[in-house]
Amino acid sequence: MALRRLALSGAAALRTSQGHAAALGPQLLRTYASTQMTVRDALNSAMDEEMARDDSVFIMGEEVAEYQGAYKITRGLLQKYGPKRVKDTPITEAGFTGIGVGAAFAGLRPIVEFMTFNFSMQAIDQIVNSAAKHHYMSAGQVTCPVVFRGANGAAAGVAAQHSQCFAAWYASVPGLKVVAPYDAEDSRGLLKAAIRDPDPVVVLENEILYGESFPIDEAALDKDFTVPIGKAKVMRSGSDVTLVAFGKMVGYCLKAAELLEQEGVSAEVLNLRSLKPIDRDAIAASVRKTHRVVSVEEGWPQHGVGSEIMAIAIEECFDDLDAPPERVTGAEVPMPYAQNLEAAALPQVDHVVATVKRMMNK
Amino acid sequence: MASTAAAALAGRLAPPALSSRPAGAATAPLCPVGAARRAARRSTAGRVMAVATPPVKQAAAAKGGKAAAVTKEEAHAIYSDMVLGREFEEMCAQMYYRGKMFGFVHLYSGQEAVSTGVIKACLRKDDFICSTYRDHVHALSKGVSARKVMAELFGKKTGCCRGQGGSMHMFDREHGLLGGYAFIGEGIPVGLGAAFQIAYNQRVLGSEQDDRVSVNFFGDGTCNVGQFYESLNMATLYKLPCIFVVENNKWAIGMNHPRATAPSSVADNEPWIYKKGPAFGMPGVHVDGMDVLKVREVAMEAVARARRGEGPTLIECETYRFRGHSLADPDELRKKEEKDHYFARDPIPQFAKYMLSNGLATEEEIKELEKRVQEEVEDCVEFADQSPKPDMSQLLENVFADPKGFGIGPDGRYRYEQPGFTAGTAEVS
Repeated sequence: MALRRLALSGAAALRTSQGHAAALGPQLLRTYASTQMTVRDALNSAMDEEMARDDSVFIMGEEVAEYQGAYKITRGLLQKYGPKRVKDTPITEAGFTGIGVGAAFAGLRPIVEFMTFNFSMQAIDQIVNSAAKHHYMSAGQVTCPVVFRGANGAAAGVAAQHSQCFAAWYASVPGLKVVAPYDAEDSRGLLKAAIRDPDPVVVLENEILYGESFPIDEAALDKDFTVPIGKAKVMRSGSDVTLVAFGKMVGYCLKAAELLEQEGVSAEVLNLRSLKPIDRDAIAASVRKTHRVVSVEEGWPQHGVGSEIMAIAIEECFDDLDAPPERVTGAEVPMPYAQNLEAAALPQVDHVVATVKRMMNK
Repeated sequence: MASTAAAALAGRLAPPALSSRPAGAATAPLCPVGAARRAARRSTAGRVMAVATPPVKQAAAAKGGKAAAVTKEEAHAIYSDMVLGREFEEMCAQMYYRGKMFGFVHLYSGQEAVSTGVIKACLRKDDFICSTYRDHVHALSKGVSARKVMAELFGKKTGCCRGQGGSMHMFDREHGLLGGYAFIGEGIPVGLGAAFQIAYNQRVLGSEQDDRVSVNFFGDGTCNVGQFYESLNMATLYKLPCIFVVENNKWAIGMNHPRATAPSSVADNEPWIYKKGPAFGMPGVHVDGMDVLKVREVAMEAVARARRGEGPTLIECETYRFRGHSLADPDELRKKEEKDHYFARDPIPQFAKYMLSNGLATEEEIKELEKRVQEEVEDCVEFADQSPKPDMSQLLENVFADPKGFGIGPDGRYRYEQPGFTAGTAEVS
C-alpha cells in the first residue's frame, strides 16, 4: 500500500526547476556571521583539526591537494600539511581505496575522499570486502580505522549515473558504520567522530548542502567536539507525527513541519545522523509519543533506509501506531536528466506535507 | 641420489620426481646471462628494465660456485620450509577428503620455491605480506605455526583467526600477514597500502630507520585485473617499498595464460608479465620459480632495493601448481606432457640434489629434516582435530573494533550483548 502511494506521489509531483536553482543559488556564497558556518567549512575544519591532532591522519583522493578539492572541501589543507599528508591520487578508485584500507590495517588513519560516492562503485569491493570484513575474518587482529567520505545522493541536472543515494547499500553491510550529516554541527561532529573511530566509517555528504550555511553553537566549534555515532537528534519537537530523515531531507522535513504547523499539525523531526548503527531507541521513543511516522529519503524505495525505519516502528511500537507508517522516497527510476522529470523523481516538501495530511485525514 | 627421501617425498604426488628430460626446454632465454645480471644490478642505480634470469636448463645444482652463497643453516631452513609447505598441503587434501575441512581449499603444491625463496629466505617478521586464496603456505613461510593454520582450516577456535577466516583468509598480525584475499586483485592495493604506511612512517612520522617492506603475491590471472595496473602505477608514483610477486603457474583455473593475456609486445608475441614493470617505471624480472635459490636471489635484490628506498619491483616467477585450481577442480584441461614437464622440475628434490652436491647436507640430514617436518604436520593435525570449536559468542564478536558498532540498547548496554539480538542459529562445526 505504501509503495503504491509512493509511486503516485512521485508521478503526481509538479515541481519545477526553481527548487534546485534556489537551493544552489545564494548559498554558494559564503559570507556569514561568526555564528554561521557552511557545511563545507565545517567539514574542512573537522579534517584540519583532526590532522593537527593526530599525525597518522592523512587525506587521499582525486583533486584533494593542488586543486583544493573538487568541491573545495580540502581547501587549504595542502598548504598547511604538505603533499605527504594531502595526497593527490590518479583516477583509480579501486587502487587508492585499497591503499587507504591497507594503510589503515597497518596503523594509519586515512580519509579517503570520493569525488562523489557514485565513483565509489569502482571501489566497492575494497570497501565491502576489504575494509568491512577483515576485522571479523581476522578475529579482531586487523582493525581498519579508515574514513570514506564524499558527496552522496541527488545532485542537480547530472542525470542517472551521477545522482543517486547509496545510503541503503552501505548501511546494509556488517562491519561498516555509516553517517550522514545534515548541517554544520553534524558535519563537524560526525566527521571528527568518524576520523577517531576504530572502524571503517562511510560519511555520506551532500553536494547541494556544501554551500549551505547553518547556525552553529560555540560548543560545536571546540576542537574536541564530536557527535556520537549511533545517536539521532530531535531537530524539532512535535506531538502528532514523526518525520524521520537524514542528510538533505532533514531540511525538507523541517520545512514541511513549518507548513504543517500552519495547518495545525505538530510534527517532530528526527535527524538520524547515523544510519549504521541506527538509533532504534530514538525512533521508537518518538513514534510512541506521536503515534505516526513518515520516513523521507532521496534514495529508492525498495529495500531502502525508509524500509528499515518502517520495520523498526512496527517491531518496536506496533501497538502505539495510529496509522500505517509511510515512506516518502525517490521514485524507483534512474535519475532523469530533464529538470521537470528530475524534480518529479525526488521527494519534495509538498510530498511530505501531503503524506502527513492524508495520514491525519486532513 | 636417485632414491633420496626428497625424491620419494615429491614422488607421492609427482610421479616422475627426477626426470632425465632436460628441463626448461620450453623457455627460451630472453637475454644473455651475464648481461641480464649486470643489467639487473644497474637497474638498482635508477635504470628501469625488464630482465629474465637464465632458464631452467642449468639447474642451480649444476652451477656450483655462485649459488652456494647459501649457508648450511640457511639451506636447511629453506629445505624444511619447502617440505613443510608440501607436506602441509598434501595433508590438507587428505583432511578435506575426510571432511575435516570444507568449502574452497586451494593447494600450493609445486610452487614452494616462491613462498620459501621470497618469504622465508628474504623477509623479516615485521615485513608485510598480502596473499591470495592460496595462502596456507605463505602463512607458514612467514612464521605462522602449522598448528594455527591447520586449526583455522578445521574451523577451530585455536586457528590463527579463531575459525572466522578459513582457508582463504589467513591473517596474523604478529607476523605481518595482512590476509589472504579471495577476490583476485583485491589484496594488491591493500598490500600497497601497507607499503604506504611504511613510507608515511619514514617521511611524515620521522621514523627514517623504518626499512620494512610489503610484498604482494598473486597469480597470472590477476594480472588482467584493473587493481594490478592501478597499483603498479601508484607504487612507482609514490615510490613505495613494495614488491609484486606474480606466481605465474600458467593457469587461471581453466584459462591457460596465453589465452587470457595479450602479448606484452609486438616483437615477442608472448604474454610476459614482468615486462609490464618497466612500462610502469619499475624493474621487471623473470625468474625460474621452480628454483628456490634463483627466486631467493631475485627477491633479495628486490627487497634490498625496497629497503634502500628505491621503490617497487615486479617479479614474475614461472611456476606450476601440481594440483587442480582447488580441491573441487577436476583438472581436466592441463595436458599430461605439461604436468610431467613441471613435475620434473619439482623444486624440492631439485634443491635436495643441490644440497647434496654442494656439501650442504647429507642424505641422513635430509631425511632427518623431512622427518621433523612430517612430525610437525602430524602434530598440527592432531592439535587441530582436538581443538574446541569456536564459542557461539564469537558469532557476534569482532564485527566492529568498537562494540558500540551495533548500537546501544534501551538499558544502556551494547545491543549485541542483549538476549534476543540474534543468537544465531547456524551450527558452527
